Amino acid sequence: MNTDRYRFPFALLTALATLGLVCMGGLVTSKGVGMAVPDWPTSFGYNMFALPVNQWFHGGVFDEHTHRLWASSVGLLVVLLTRWMGGSPARKPLAVVGLLEIIAGILLLRLGPEWKGGGAFLASIGGVVMLAASIPGWRSPAEGILPRLAWMAFLLVQVQGLLGGLRVVLDKALVGHVTLGTLFGLVHGCLGQTFFVLLGVIALLSSPWWARLPVHGGLQGRSEVRGLLLAIGLVALQLILGASMRHQHAGLAILDFPLAYGRWWPLTDPESVARYNQVRMDESTVTAFQIQLQMMHRLGAVAAVVAILTVSVRVGRRFGWGSPLGRGAMVWSGIALGQFTLGMLTIWTNKAADVATAHVAGGASLLWLGTALILTARRLTMPASSGTESSRVPGLSRVAVQGTP
Amino acid sequence: MKTLVPVAATVIAAALPLSAAEINGKVTLKGTPPPAAVIAAVKADANCGKVAVGEAKSRVYVVGANGALANTVVYIKKGLEGKTFPAPTAKPEIDQKGCMYYPYVAAVMVGQKFDVKNSDPFMHNVNATPKVNKGFNFAQASQGQVNEKSFDKAELGVRFACNVHPWMIAYVNVMENPFFVVTDESGAVSIKGDIPDGKYTIEAFHQKAGTQVQEIEVKGGKATVDFSFEVKS
Repeated sequence: MNTDRYRFPFALLTALATLGLVCMGGLVTSKGVGMAVPDWPTSFGYNMFALPVNQWFHGGVFDEHTHRLWASSVGLLVVLLTRWMGGSPARKPLAVVGLLEIIAGILLLRLGPEWKGGGAFLASIGGVVMLAASIPGWRSPAEGILPRLAWMAFLLVQVQGLLGGLRVVLDKALVGHVTLGTLFGLVHGCLGQTFFVLLGVIALLSSPWWARLPVHGGLQGRSEVRGLLLAIGLVALQLILGASMRHQHAGLAILDFPLAYGRWWPLTDPESVARYNQVRMDESTVTAFQIQLQMMHRLGAVAAVVAILTVSVRVGRRFGWGSPLGRGAMVWSGIALGQFTLGMLTIWTNKAADVATAHVAGGASLLWLGTALILTARRLTMPASSGTESSRVPGLSRVAVQGTP
Repeated sequence: MKTLVPVAATVIAAALPLSAAEINGKVTLKGTPPPAAVIAAVKADANCGKVAVGEAKSRVYVVGANGALANTVVYIKKGLEGKTFPAPTAKPEIDQKGCMYYPYVAAVMVGQKFDVKNSDPFMHNVNATPKVNKGFNFAQASQGQVNEKSFDKAELGVRFACNVHPWMIAYVNVMENPFFVVTDESGAVSIKGDIPDGKYTIEAFHQKAGTQVQEIEVKGGKATVDFSFEVKS
């Protein structure tokens, strides 16, 4: 039975599950419950998968523990995706990785009782990878770059899981004046978005839509591609700024919008900052740096929205509003405006957890759709005779041949 | 025998150089702070709602009669250099009750042991995030569980939080000497102990209102110090 046609639905499922995971992580940070379970990979000393339900369904534990279980499920999906996209050639390397993880897990178990949870967890991951390697069938690898992208996702999901765990375990360790918990949380947040984009790209490139994409190899539009790259660069910068603000767990640094402490640009001298803190009725105390960070995020939001709207208009005019790129650009603009609105609402609701989380999801969606537009635009504007690119992106060789007059 | 004890104590006290001193005063707040916000999450939580005591409110500013400001740490900051003091043997307690911390602001001396207690019939985690001292985060799963803790270095405003119920916040101040007090709703300052006559710098620290210092002189074992914070809206 040829199961290749199910690769796309499975990749889509994995990408959607990852978006859900990003949202769950966003909720954990928004609610400030990331440390509700003080240990990792165990949960209150239990094997993560065996935590009693009455402990799971308890305040912030529910969000944090659900995030962990959801992440484990995404990990399982990614392992299967790697095996499926990689075909038979993926079996051996998967078996080697799985075996190494089992051995490492057993060695950890021998180190002492404090390593018991970690050892068991690593060994069980190795077991899952070994099981994936042993799956019969799924012989032919996906075409083009997809197997490599899947391997990248395989690597990232493990790094991301480790970062999430270290964020808990090393929460109190200091590097200078910053805790490793904050640093790992920041990287974990940004990498989570990147990981989602990667899985979204895998889903896109394995989709029938991508294979059926109208062939216009050699179309003019390189400047639009550059515009898209600039806009997505701004979106990425916004995500980093946003993650930096969120992972300091300092509450909203500025409580009003569009003004900031009643001015277009707030005063940040020590006396003014002390005055701001005096009248904050939440428990947080903000610093001048945090106030400036939010101002940068505000300015970045304006710049990103303007860039997205501008490049979208140019894309629509160049490729036609009815073309896949034109339609995608319109959706991208809509999400950008929605994201801007969510940013305002985040302030006006004093960072209500659901609104702030929707803002995180909006950022991830912007990043993914922008990446999809760039890939599509590059495909359509690639010189028809180019062979180098076509060998890298699935379907491109077919496009190039069909597009050659 | 019983009657001899106070007599003997009086004789011994009279024979020793008397250095017991008292620094008195008051902490007040001028201006009108934002009203205390009701913490609706307490009642909304399935567990906390059952044990909540009254209506939980933010304790950022607790102001008594005539502007008396509670939750201010007043302590001798300078003037005792070179002297060492043993940590008090008294063991303060930080209790988690009705999904709130009591007290909201506490103070201990470096090395002084204190208890963290869970009086609620369900789990809290205790996540202390100091900037100078070593932090900790542990779960207290059962009602009545007590964990003994201490800090090694002086530090103001060590934040304690329960991430299971993220509105639960308390602050522990770690002092270098035993001459400190945390004001209650009377705003009263009363620091007693073996404080030799001389000049001292006294600091008052409130988590939101800020920090103030005053130079005082203890003469004949007595001194007065008043602090007046102002909140500008």
